[in-house]
Amino acid sequence: MKLDSKIPSGPLAEKWQKHKFEMKLVNPANRRKYDVIVVGSGLAGASAAATLGGLGYNVSCFCFQDSPRRAHSIAAQGGINAAKNYQGDGDSVQRLFYDTIKGGDFRAREANVHRLAEVSRNIIDQCVAQGVPFARDYGGLLDNRSFGGAQVSRTFYARGQTGQQLLLGAYSALNREINRGSVKMFPRKEMLELVMVDGKARGIIVRDLVTGEVSSHAANAVILATGGYGNVFYLSTNAKGCNVTATWRAHKKGAGFANPCYTQIHPTCIPVSGDYQSKLTLMSESLRNDGRVWVPKTRGDQRPPHQIPEVERDYFLERKYPSFGNLAPRDIASRSAKEACDDQRGVGPGGLGVYLDFADAIKRAGEDGIKKKYGNLFHMYQKITADNPYKVPMRIYPAVHYTMGGLWVDYNLMSNIPGLFVLGEANFSDHGANRLGASALMQGLADGYFVIPYTLSNYFATENLDKVSTQDSAFKMAESEVNERTKKLLSIKGSRTVNSFHKELGKIMWDKCGMARDKAGLEEALSKIPKLREEFWQNVKVLGEAESLNQSLEKAGRVADFLEFGELMCQDALHREESCGGHFRTEHQTGDGEAKRNDDAFCYTGVWEYKGPGKKAELHKEQLVFENVKLATRSYK
Amino acid sequence: MDITLHVWRQKNTKTSGQMETIEAKGVSEHASFLEMLDTVNEDLQSKGKEPIAFDHDCREGICGSCSLVINGEPHGPEYGTTSCQLHMRSFKNGQHIFVEPWRAKAFPVLRDLVVDRSAFDRIQQAGGFVSVNTGSPQDANCIPVPKQDADKAFDAAVCIGCGACVAACKNASPMLFVSAKVSQLSLLPQGQPERERRVLAMVEQMKNEGFGNCTNQYECEAACPKEISVEHIARMNREYFRATMLEETPKEGHGGD
Repeated sequence: MKLDSKIPSGPLAEKWQKHKFEMKLVNPANRRKYDVIVVGSGLAGASAAATLGGLGYNVSCFCFQDSPRRAHSIAAQGGINAAKNYQGDGDSVQRLFYDTIKGGDFRAREANVHRLAEVSRNIIDQCVAQGVPFARDYGGLLDNRSFGGAQVSRTFYARGQTGQQLLLGAYSALNREINRGSVKMFPRKEMLELVMVDGKARGIIVRDLVTGEVSSHAANAVILATGGYGNVFYLSTNAKGCNVTATWRAHKKGAGFANPCYTQIHPTCIPVSGDYQSKLTLMSESLRNDGRVWVPKTRGDQRPPHQIPEVERDYFLERKYPSFGNLAPRDIASRSAKEACDDQRGVGPGGLGVYLDFADAIKRAGEDGIKKKYGNLFHMYQKITADNPYKVPMRIYPAVHYTMGGLWVDYNLMSNIPGLFVLGEANFSDHGANRLGASALMQGLADGYFVIPYTLSNYFATENLDKVSTQDSAFKMAESEVNERTKKLLSIKGSRTVNSFHKELGKIMWDKCGMARDKAGLEEALSKIPKLREEFWQNVKVLGEAESLNQSLEKAGRVADFLEFGELMCQDALHREESCGGHFRTEHQTGDGEAKRNDDAFCYTGVWEYKGPGKKAELHKEQLVFENVKLATRSYK
Repeated sequence: MDITLHVWRQKNTKTSGQMETIEAKGVSEHASFLEMLDTVNEDLQSKGKEPIAFDHDCREGICGSCSLVINGEPHGPEYGTTSCQLHMRSFKNGQHIFVEPWRAKAFPVLRDLVVDRSAFDRIQQAGGFVSVNTGSPQDANCIPVPKQDADKAFDAAVCIGCGACVAACKNASPMLFVSAKVSQLSLLPQGQPERERRVLAMVEQMKNEGFGNCTNQYECEAACPKEISVEHIARMNREYFRATMLEETPKEGHGGD
């Protein structure tokens, strides 16, 4: 596997400008001759499809939901970062770049991150032009708030539903192109195979989730914007449908999978309440602007929170990280909460929770003031827990939220398979080992609106792409693979439901490859997962037929892929003998329990190559070169 | 708690459906309504029966996938709540609960509780956007928007496109849904250039999809999980009237020099 990052030469701040000029263009009249497939309609997919359609390419966009507006970007709450410096508090492209590199624990590419910081400003302009109703102050100008890992206010927001408003903006841009005929939308279609012709990505196989019909779609390039793999843990803040299938299928066709062990555990989620639980709900990081995180100082203190006097409370983030306080980055805040609970100072049933207390903020700003800022989040918390967070502190606990790993891409967002581009959470490129809050929306839209339109035209203008037809043998073979697999799943007729396998896998992953990992645990997981997978293929029970709307069948295919993917994740976590960002190996920590990187041995992106069924994946390395920032120990103290 | 479910089962669009009675025992009051259905589905499958199909995804009340009529009310008895955010503590031990899909001609049932809401997408495609190319629009702060307008636009923009308004309406009218987008964009400066075209196109598409019209019963507002006000329907009616007065037939393009 050849990993050429294709980072342009020249000074960091000029790379993207220079590259944009050097890339080749496709003449407007020729663009309609190029077919482009976009899989996924979240922020990255919808913005890419809309923009490419607007440029005149012939775009087909696929999603498994019943409407592109329901992609899981919709659920992002807090905000989107941009180096606008509207607050005049010292922000700049350089600072956003540095914060993101440092936040990612020096495991991301400098050039990609700098480009992200540069285009962040255009994103806000674009979204406002579309009519996205960001929060404004009384002068009619845009308002900002702060997020973790930053000491400036650069986060733009739309109450607690920024993702919804940004996605509906991208959805409206997509609708305009559908109206103009440049984009054809295929909802309720799931991509089940990538089709390669002459070593290039030339199409996909999809299953219609209503009729079960399997069909082929050919194109000059395939763009995957299919999100992250957090649902390998079963319980996560992801939507129920989020899955690894599209990227995993591409991986099995030769695309390198980068840093799969980098997963983000978000510190502020509603704790698990019972065995029936199907997902975890996030409480936005923005709440940490006003909420104070604490646990009792005494172990096993069972008193209700209001009876615990101030001096007997441990505001552990403020104590440990005085300069960032409650806004310490996610990985650090999560680990601190786990530490407190491991120390038997956790609160609530099972002791798996910490308080997020708004009493001081309510004293300062009044209940109304807090309601204006976070009303919908407080409402949601109350709905789920039946507690009133205006009166008693919220109880929160970390939960799987985002995955920094993903398919490897070069600077042009192309994987090692020519013609296969990967955008948004599905790629690995910009967040290193930990993503800062409000940066996911930024990256999804940067990739879709402002990067892929340039790099894709360069690919078309420089590659010689013969015409392919869905009647070609490559498509027919891929179709029959999909049909075989479906037939197999339905024919096992075992005794365990798909969900029970998924739950068991999730528990292994959370226990052994979650917030803290060690060699023994990972090895145990690596011995358990193949056994579980084997049992799945012998004993899973999938009822119904292939030629109908069959939700257990859909889920079975996704869980089958998670059962393969989980193993790769553990393998990656086991090989990375250091702690960095969201990857915390208990063997590698400083005296006071902070992550200890090993830059001499692990300053690289780990990229795994699929070697065939039953064979161990092969590791390749893309060395990370830091020309502009000095590798430092990440400190938020 | 133990409950008795009466659930709409229907194989596909072509076949007719019927209610099926299913006993659910030992349900936790802290489980969400959909988690209760998950448990029922696990149980059905273990008995070799096909699970109940229902649309769901984010399970935090924002994606708009879930779409159940529960005891006659879209999204169930709690005000301002989607089915996925409804918890079993809202029901009583021993209660009979009727679960049906959205019922409207424009929303055909695909299976059990799953309906086809693509008509909503087509209405948005007809005009629910601001025509702006991706590129280099002016700096965001060059378009100041008075806070009260921005807030009002936001109140409309929170629509999740679930379709509860249609399910609640005796005319199966989607006016609350359509007006939410019309209202949002007519309140903002960015929406002005296409203000008339938008409302005319969206209303036209709404009629073509086979939806009914509004007769001011406001059931939609009561059912809306995002508590969108019927004030937006009033605004849309004004916008529509205004547009019919102002709109000129577009002239054909002349290709420039």
